[in-house]
Amino acid sequence: MNSEQIYETLQMISNENLDVRTITMGISLLDCIDSDSDRACQKIYDKITQKAGKLVQVGQQIEAEYGIPIANKRVTVTPISLIAAASHDNNYVKYAQTLDRAAKAIGIDFIGGFTALAQKGYQEGDRILINSLPEALTETDYVCASVNVGSTKSGINMDAVAQMGAVVVDAANRDYMNNAKLVIFCNAVEDNPFMAGGFHGVSEPDTVINVGVSGPGVVKNALEKVKGQPMDVVAETIKKTAFKVTRMGQLVGSLAADALKTPFGIVDLSLAPTAAAGDSVAEVLEEIGVSQVGTHGTTAALAMLNDAVKKGGLMACSHVGGLSGAFIPVSEDAGMIKSVEDGTLNIAKLEAMTAVCSVGLDMIAVPGNTPKETISAMIADEAAIGMINSKTTAVRVIPVPGKTVGDTVEFGGLLGHAPIMAVNPAESKRLIERGGTIPAPVHSFKN
Amino acid sequence: MKSILTVLGEDKVGIIAEVSALLAKNNINILDVSQTIMQGNFVMMMAINVPTGMNNRELNEAFSSLGKKLGVEITVRNAKIYDAMHNLD
Repeated sequence: MNSEQIYETLQMISNENLDVRTITMGISLLDCIDSDSDRACQKIYDKITQKAGKLVQVGQQIEAEYGIPIANKRVTVTPISLIAAASHDNNYVKYAQTLDRAAKAIGIDFIGGFTALAQKGYQEGDRILINSLPEALTETDYVCASVNVGSTKSGINMDAVAQMGAVVVDAANRDYMNNAKLVIFCNAVEDNPFMAGGFHGVSEPDTVINVGVSGPGVVKNALEKVKGQPMDVVAETIKKTAFKVTRMGQLVGSLAADALKTPFGIVDLSLAPTAAAGDSVAEVLEEIGVSQVGTHGTTAALAMLNDAVKKGGLMACSHVGGLSGAFIPVSEDAGMIKSVEDGTLNIAKLEAMTAVCSVGLDMIAVPGNTPKETISAMIADEAAIGMINSKTTAVRVIPVPGKTVGDTVEFGGLLGHAPIMAVNPAESKRLIERGGTIPAPVHSFKN
Repeated sequence: MKSILTVLGEDKVGIIAEVSALLAKNNINILDVSQTIMQGNFVMMMAINVPTGMNNRELNEAFSSLGKKLGVEITVRNAKIYDAMHNLD
């Protein structure tokens, strides 16, 4: 027994909010494809409930034996636009409702994969799924949706970008919470255990267990011990901390995979904040040295944090995957919210930050009267950052009808609350109306 | 299954006695004991051997209740979690 090591772990779990953020089972639905959509939905329901029926129970057993909180148990499935296309239905809401019913039956927190991959153009299923999104999100509780509109390899589908702006506005007008369950990606990854953007890629095994670990509070606490020291020391401290946290994820993931007789996929070490005090990425950046997140120097601090997290995690587990880095969802991070309220953090700065960290403009509430073309243009900007930098970027933006800058919106639970942020009032309409494709960048040609 | 029982809080008479009694009642053998003060906290750690098949949730609840009675925090965790985080093998 090494008392100091045991004590350190105890502190991480008890006082610094260390947890396994999610155990996510990926399930392929390729064998559920059927020209009859009722039969397809029955196969989907049966397969999910059979394969993931014990997921919650196994998660609870691990929590009890190892004393480590597992915040979420989730399922991802093959993009439904691929599964449903054979049915020739003109609306996929039925598929979303099937996923929702399955999620409720097995007691999980979310199910992801109501997804279309349209980065290089639409197949018919992509078009129908995207058209179904506003209704599907409104009619379900646990279903998370995503659309990939661009990639480094294939460029940006500007028709999809234009359409997604309209989808976001339509979904918001039905229920503003809908857009908390919808992510628009560039370079979406196929093994992401986090929501709302998780789906099970077509090249993945039939079933797989992926794990997402978090712990901004642990990193902040470790950094409090190296105040005033050079950046090298800060980076090294983050790496060591990330290593320990990832090892815990590797253990939990392999235990869950064994118990569920499922291959173990990846550990995604992402510093994912929650609205709880002491669980904030903004506070980590402020510990590194900016007085408030959003001011000059924030991007540099975030770049170092994101890179050090990845480096620390790499050797700690058999396969690192997903997004792995730092998330900056505004409404889920008490420090980010305060910065927005104080006027230190705005969308332009957030966009710069997304060039160096995981994901993108995340959980940002905007005025309800934001034009759909402006939302499309925000998506296009993020997709361009992802495409050129060969990284994943995303937009999860939440127009709130009837609210404007200065107002606040409550999301409840883990999603927190958010001040309505100002968008640039100048129009982007003509850009979006062009449609077409932004060609892949020159550095995509590596063959 | 080797587990680590930890007690955190304020030192007082009878902690080891009460914890040991509850362990004995559950037929759990003590492999190693240490106690120290860390960052001003009384910390006692026991390596214990939990019989296979024991319900971990009930065990944790029993020690959690004892902790409340003694005014300390008691946890029982499979030792692998500490090994995984701190040791490469």
